[in-house]
Amino acid sequence: MFTFIARRVLYSIPVLFFSTFFSFLFVSYASNPLATVRQNPRATPHLIHLLTLQYHLNQPVIVRYFYWVQDVFTNKLGRSLVTLQPIWPDVQRTMGHTAQLCILSESVAIIVGISVGIYSAIKQYSFFDYSFTTVSFLGFAMPVFWLALLLQIAFTDEYNHWGVRIFYTSGLNSIPGESWFTLDRLQHLALPALTLFIISFALYSRYMRASMLDVINSDYVRTARAKGVSERKVIMRHIFRNALIPITTVAALNIGGLLGGAIVTETVFTLDGFGFYFVQKLGQGDTYAVMAYLLVTAVIIIIFNLIADITYGFLDPRIRYD
Amino acid sequence: MPDPLLSINDLVVEFKTEDGVVHAVDGVSYDLFPGEILGIVGESGSGKSVSTLALLGLIPQPPGRIVSGTAMFKGQDLLRLKKRELRRVRGNEVAMVFQDPMTSLNPVLTVGNQLGEAIKTHFPDEKDDVVKQKVIDLLTLVGVPNPAQRYSQYPHEFSGGMRQRAMIAMAISNSPSLLIADEPTTALDVTIQAQVLEVLKRVQQETDAATILITHDLGIVAEMCDRVLVMYAGHIVESGDVATIFRSPRHPYTIGLMNSLPKLTEDEEWLEPITGAPPSLINLPPGCPFHPRCFLARERCRQENPPLAAVEGSDHKSACHFSEELIGRKSKFSEAVA
Amino acid sequence: MTEFTRPDGSTGLVPTTPTIAGAEPLAPDAGIDRAVETTTEAGLELKARSQWSYARMRFFRHRLAVAGLIGLIIIFGCGIFAPWVAPYGFAQFDLLHTLQPPTTAHQHYFGTDTIGRDEFSRVIYGVRTSMEVGVFVAVVSTIIGLVIGAVAGYQGGWIDNLLMRVTDLVLTLPALAILLAFTALVGNGGQWDLSFILVAFFWTGIARVVRGLFLSLREKEYVEAAKASGAGDMRLMFRHILPNTLGPIIVNATLAVGVAILTESALSFLGFGIKPPTPSLGELVADAQSNPDQWWLTIFPGLTIVVIVLCVNFVGDGLRDALDPQQRRVRA
Repeated sequence: MFTFIARRVLYSIPVLFFSTFFSFLFVSYASNPLATVRQNPRATPHLIHLLTLQYHLNQPVIVRYFYWVQDVFTNKLGRSLVTLQPIWPDVQRTMGHTAQLCILSESVAIIVGISVGIYSAIKQYSFFDYSFTTVSFLGFAMPVFWLALLLQIAFTDEYNHWGVRIFYTSGLNSIPGESWFTLDRLQHLALPALTLFIISFALYSRYMRASMLDVINSDYVRTARAKGVSERKVIMRHIFRNALIPITTVAALNIGGLLGGAIVTETVFTLDGFGFYFVQKLGQGDTYAVMAYLLVTAVIIIIFNLIADITYGFLDPRIRYD
Repeated sequence: MPDPLLSINDLVVEFKTEDGVVHAVDGVSYDLFPGEILGIVGESGSGKSVSTLALLGLIPQPPGRIVSGTAMFKGQDLLRLKKRELRRVRGNEVAMVFQDPMTSLNPVLTVGNQLGEAIKTHFPDEKDDVVKQKVIDLLTLVGVPNPAQRYSQYPHEFSGGMRQRAMIAMAISNSPSLLIADEPTTALDVTIQAQVLEVLKRVQQETDAATILITHDLGIVAEMCDRVLVMYAGHIVESGDVATIFRSPRHPYTIGLMNSLPKLTEDEEWLEPITGAPPSLINLPPGCPFHPRCFLARERCRQENPPLAAVEGSDHKSACHFSEELIGRKSKFSEAVA
Repeated sequence: MTEFTRPDGSTGLVPTTPTIAGAEPLAPDAGIDRAVETTTEAGLELKARSQWSYARMRFFRHRLAVAGLIGLIIIFGCGIFAPWVAPYGFAQFDLLHTLQPPTTAHQHYFGTDTIGRDEFSRVIYGVRTSMEVGVFVAVVSTIIGLVIGAVAGYQGGWIDNLLMRVTDLVLTLPALAILLAFTALVGNGGQWDLSFILVAFFWTGIARVVRGLFLSLREKEYVEAAKASGAGDMRLMFRHILPNTLGPIIVNATLAVGVAILTESALSFLGFGIKPPTPSLGELVADAQSNPDQWWLTIFPGLTIVVIVLCVNFVGDGLRDALDPQQRRVRA
């Protein structure tokens, strides 16, 4: 098992190098890092000259790339050319907010999604099943930005109408402070979390239902029943144990993707999260911040892919990596 | 003649499908006596599996439905038992071995665990180590090598033949009086088939369980069974003891089946399949279900469904209006049986 | 040989003129003709059906799939015939009738926006764009993915390895982010630029699926049999393996249309995808953000996207059921 992890991690490193290199190449050619700086009226030619030297902007791309890699390790992702501020603190802060959002929405989505999926499978073709199948179909067809907007409008209307704030429709805090557990924070996160929840719920409930149906109709469940095993034990030991396996993979991959920033949702609700950070920096042409985002996100996805594979190997004895 | 262990009377099972109602089992009656091996032979769709699945209540009730019939087993009608009572019978008094060993075992639990479950379900007070020892003994009985090691292994680490042996071990773990084996060797290689049948025979001798052996292979019937039922389109078309049936079959379908087998002791130029197509179980032909393909078919066959009636001697029964015309006819294999 | 259909829908062959060698007809009127007659009278199905007509039959039994298909025909029809269906032009504004709610007057069925542009017409033109992008991306990426995946899956070896590394690369990166980066820095707001960028990402997913299919089918017995009778690589790939992979590929391609439309609209909404003057549903929703009280400006474009993707998914689901040879059968 450990050799498997080690091998995967080792393999990920060249992948990371390649993907970041290509991204860097592309981003560098497509954007002019100094353009924004030049637009700043206070930017003297001397400052520009200094920046050029410091960021090695007069060197070929490959050299610049290696300096950037060096920066990543030694200088905590370096400094933004636009703000001239270090990048890492921003990344840290916004990652934290996105993480809180994701934990909130995914934990609820997993619990509710799995339960609904299970019940839908057991009572296949019932009214419950049909209604939730419809909901999932809607969830898959719904553009995230539109859903977010609808919620935003609904609750803005609600506030304008009744003057009572149930949920906030933008921003992260009304009361300054970074605590995760204030009511204020939760009120701000509620709508974005609801948006993400609906989309994830559709995913989990469909997969769970499909997995359950697969297992319920399998031969080994019939064997268990033929042995006289009680229905409760059949469900717990035989059906669940097998049906939950694919879901762990789906969940790990989904969460990995979301942690890279629920870009659209955060933008609509102007949430100070990692995805919103990326969109802003992209718009400003802030090369190094954009690179930082791509690197961190790629690492997160790789980690969660690894988690998905390991969990699957752990739960299913047929898959043994050695 | 001892009392029958199992007495099935007029069993009718249907399935509702998108295309219509499938009449899988259409009025099946037979008796099973203690200690005997009864073969049920027929092609896919003949209803042979469904009729036994119904006994243990393993037919999914939508879309399946047991329309009518009784199955008397030790004084109880299996088809009318409540869920809890039925569960007490399953794996205990009546046990089943299924066709495909690849998918019949739970892949995430060890084999020892699953065999132990069969025992602990009915004897929950048994101590764990006692159960474990019993399981290892069972594995030894069915000829699984290194049973103590194999106990902690997963099904995918067993070969097909070993898996089927484990399934047999699981079935007999509580010494059932009735063992149903549904095509136990169909999914296995021919050489492994012989081994598994060996095990089945040995197990039956050890436990003296009445066994129903379902198969489409006449060869297996000839080797293993005492009596045999021939099924077609949800009906029993012939029944009797194996020697008699093989020596002198009295139903055109049985004759057709035997004729379509190659005879290994002589040269043959052509194989003779049965003419026509297998019947649609949704639109069964009127009258005798076999008449569209029967070389004896006449007008009466289209109008009346022949009942299963005695031919020569009370034990040999055939469901054919004109079975007397087949008297004196010797089957392809009559010398072999004599 | 005659073909017949079994109850479970599979087809089989049976000799048409069997010979019962050595059997003496015991009854004077027994005979083969009789058997065939009585067979047909008994209502048995001896119709030979091709796989495609059977799939078509199964598809049309799905009410949702049929509804989706009808919906798509209507909506995409509007898109194709936009200049005739839309009462106004996409950019045509009318400062006398700004911010009007939906009304039948002047045919402003979906209302008007801040400078009096007819929302209904704008939505229709937006549908046309979405349709073009969706279908183009789905078709082209499927073709590319099919070719590459087939070669990789069938040949194996270093081609396969190379392909896997490339798709790994693409799949490891956060899709939306990369697309955003691409479109922000390179895209010029045109729909074809965006379509090509989307294709460059979508093909990897399809190639993965196709590769898996070819890999598994390569080992099937009928391929070995064909090989044994001397079939070359190309023939094996095209005549034997490919037809059996078309089912999942078609389903994938159909669903890809929906994903492409959702992705395009998200990118356009954020301002990075399709930019004016080219019409886009995502952009319409973005425009509506400044007028939250005018509900029709937000609802209609978004709702249209939902309906289109829903219909596409219904059709895809129906196709999956129709083309999937492994159905849950009841064993008789």
